[in-house]
Amino acid sequence: MNDWHYRWRKVKSSMVSGLCLVCALVVITPLALVLFYLLKAGASSLDPHFFTQLPNPAGEPGGGMANAILGSMTLLGLAGLVGIPVGVLGGIYLSEFGSPRMKWAVGFAADILNGTPSIVWGIVVYALVVLPMQGYSALAGGLALGFMMIPIIIRTTEEMLALVPNSYREEAFALGIAHWRIVLNIVIKTASRGIITGILLAAARVAGEAAPLLFTAFGNNFWNHKLSQPIEALPLQIFTYAISPYDDWHRQAKAGALVLILLVLALNIGVRVMTRGRAPHLAR
Amino acid sequence: MMTHPRTVAAALAIVSLTGCGQEGSEQLLLNGAGATFPYPIYSKWSFEYRKVDPAVSINYQSVGSGGGQKSIEDGTVDFGASDGPMSDEDLAKAPGKILHIPTVAGADVVAYNLPGNPALQLDGPVIAGIFLGKITKWNDAKIASQNPGITLPAMDIGVVHRSDASGTTYIFMDYLSSISQEWETNVGRGTAVKWPAGQGAKGNEGVTEQIKQMPGSIGCVELVYAVQQKLPFARVKNAAGNYVVPTIESVAAALATAKIPDDFRFSMVNPPGEKSYPIAGATWLLVYQKQTNPVKGKKLVEFLKWAETDGQAMAPALNYAPLPEDLTKRVLEKIDSITY
Amino acid sequence: MNAGAISVTTGPPAGTGLAPPGKAGDRAFRLLTWLMAMMVPALLGLVGWTLCKGSALSLQKFGWNFFLHSNWDPVNGDFGALWFIGCTFVSSLLGLLIALPLSLATAVYLTELAPGWVRQPAMSMIEMLAVIPSVVFGLWGIFVMVSWLQEGPYPLLVRYLGYLPFFRGPATGFCVLSGAVVIAIMILPIITSISREVLRAVPNSQREAAYALGATRWEVTRLAVLRYSRRGIFGAALLGLGRALGETMAVMMVVGNSDKISASLLAPGNTLASKIGNEYGETFQGINLSALFELGLMLLLVTVVTNILARLWIGAVGARQHSGI
Repeated sequence: MNDWHYRWRKVKSSMVSGLCLVCALVVITPLALVLFYLLKAGASSLDPHFFTQLPNPAGEPGGGMANAILGSMTLLGLAGLVGIPVGVLGGIYLSEFGSPRMKWAVGFAADILNGTPSIVWGIVVYALVVLPMQGYSALAGGLALGFMMIPIIIRTTEEMLALVPNSYREEAFALGIAHWRIVLNIVIKTASRGIITGILLAAARVAGEAAPLLFTAFGNNFWNHKLSQPIEALPLQIFTYAISPYDDWHRQAKAGALVLILLVLALNIGVRVMTRGRAPHLAR
Repeated sequence: MMTHPRTVAAALAIVSLTGCGQEGSEQLLLNGAGATFPYPIYSKWSFEYRKVDPAVSINYQSVGSGGGQKSIEDGTVDFGASDGPMSDEDLAKAPGKILHIPTVAGADVVAYNLPGNPALQLDGPVIAGIFLGKITKWNDAKIASQNPGITLPAMDIGVVHRSDASGTTYIFMDYLSSISQEWETNVGRGTAVKWPAGQGAKGNEGVTEQIKQMPGSIGCVELVYAVQQKLPFARVKNAAGNYVVPTIESVAAALATAKIPDDFRFSMVNPPGEKSYPIAGATWLLVYQKQTNPVKGKKLVEFLKWAETDGQAMAPALNYAPLPEDLTKRVLEKIDSITY
Repeated sequence: MNAGAISVTTGPPAGTGLAPPGKAGDRAFRLLTWLMAMMVPALLGLVGWTLCKGSALSLQKFGWNFFLHSNWDPVNGDFGALWFIGCTFVSSLLGLLIALPLSLATAVYLTELAPGWVRQPAMSMIEMLAVIPSVVFGLWGIFVMVSWLQEGPYPLLVRYLGYLPFFRGPATGFCVLSGAVVIAIMILPIITSISREVLRAVPNSQREAAYALGATRWEVTRLAVLRYSRRGIFGAALLGLGRALGETMAVMMVVGNSDKISASLLAPGNTLASKIGNEYGETFQGINLSALFELGLMLLLVTVVTNILARLWIGAVGARQHSGI
């Protein structure tokens, strides 16, 4: 072995490792900056009132975003009810039963849907649900967000399932297990970590969207009592406050953003803790 | 498959969370959508009216005047709100007759950023010239002649205009088109126009922020933004030849002299009157004359009447001008014509 | 790596008269999943139909002219989308160009190189980036990012590269490049997250084989891991691209919102999504609103074209897979 060449390869390897570390730091920097920006401006508004009170009218400091916090959680739940089954089951079909043509076509359609601006989803669900119901509702909002989740979840589910080695399936078939059982009990279990990542990513994405909610969930200055009525959400409230003239509302907007981030982080951690130890251990 | 106890517990927790807040489920919710301009006063009314009638919740959301008009036409809200009156064609498209109920009026101010914060006076043609890009320096003779006693710097004027559509823009365009033939032909009236000069910023807040950050800049924003963010703004020459500061009083004066037809669709830019401020506009609530839901209709009428009487007193604190007495009298008569 | 459609006839031993286990279950399951998968093209049809219906007026009036010329005049009723299409392409592709290498390197770092205790916390932090609402990115963009770009990088670009039409000043900070940067930041978490999952799923046997042949750490990663995960990473990039194309709020606040044509990346612009976001709520019915819908239709078209181009490119690259290192 050429000793000089070998050392050069080692150096190259170390350089690349260093480069990757730098890239990772670069990626984390904007997050740190945004969080810092939000904390600096918004932390002062984060008192218990914020989590328990309804918004105050314009010009009166104080008040909170309690209805928006609950509203966001409700909408996320509704969205999940729509997005998760459709996305996961659809991804299963593509991966396990789909022909290459089908995979290409549905994958392509999903990628296009992903590029649709969120406001368009609001317009679509307005025509689909709000007009017939003659009113805005939490259901419409949940549906719009759920629709947005589907393309992401279906794509990631398909990708993750494709990464499960075929040998797993073949061994199970050889044992005479029914195909649907194989998929559910073996393939999904193996890919569950990745699938859950996809779901959480989709949830994080829609949790921060305001535009599709403008014409579906609409927003509600008060508590929501029925899912067939308008409901408030953190991104909507943040948006309304951010474009207002009042400094107090600006601070509350940033506090609201912090709460939203913490909410989804809690969801992330909660789900990961609950599903820990279910998937067979991957090496890393 | 997923009947693991932990999953079930989590699901139950989520469901129970959405169930809380069930107190007062006999609430009547009246939804309104529309303009961002009156959002502060409508949110105040919504808060205060809860105390007047605890069984009714007025839920107003600012999605934009266009969104508000569409919503009321579609029947997805109980009332709409718009900064610009609906056109005849749009009214014809609605399933029923829609009434324009004026609520308050507000001013658009010409805010700027100059060293030393001088108090400027400007007249219409000069403002048009600046926004057309014809007058480019602060120490231009046309500006200086109106401001004796102030030394203006030889800076470039940085025009900041709205990049999005809005009622604020509509009022400003209405004004500039009335006093400048050139503006009317080249740019025109609308909630969004092709601005001949300057850079765009999003929303009142965007324009305010840009003016704050750019010395030598000038832009048009709603009064409340300039006041809250402490931007200096100009006195504008009105039709009577006086330089007027935009205040509640000068807007109210403009309202008093404006010609208001029966259907209440009017413009109040550049009105006659010694004390009138020329760049102002009203905002309207849009409701159907024939209400289909008797319970909602009754409550809506009660709210409208409250807004036109007790609600008016809350306007000045939020930088809006209340309607003059004779106008509110006419409006209340119109509200009486609503059937449910 | 292709799971494909494995159809199996698990027939019972001949003559027993027993049905194969789970055949009915299989059929029901297959039907259910098929229905769910069909929701995607159905939704696409719904979106396309909504956009077409809304843009009917505008399509009628302008025809092909709509995307061959550039203008936006609501008062005189003349609309053309060319500039917006251009800005959308540039900002999205540039954003992806910035984000993809960073994301990939980060994913590699978090999967192969980082100490064990760092991995999950770091990943959680990156996933937090995905939650930050667009409007917050927009605000941060205006107050922090643009100011910083204005003071540091942009003047440098104008000074050293200003002779190129792409970097001609003056630069106010609110420009197409700022839009691309904010897009890049927003798509980092999705690409990193999925790439990481894909890299994790590479069986250890691949890595071990490479090590056994005497490869260095980087060579193991490049030859055994990245090559295996090509397809998954490509999927991640496409998802990121989708997000980039449709991003409205944040871009709207930093892109400068100008309809004037300019070749410079440092000049203000307007993407399709930001134009729609700017005007939708306040636009009254009629040709203006219809033109906005048509912008949405244009965006759909742009997404289709970029996706096709991307897939063709990856197809061409994949064909070279076996031709060397």
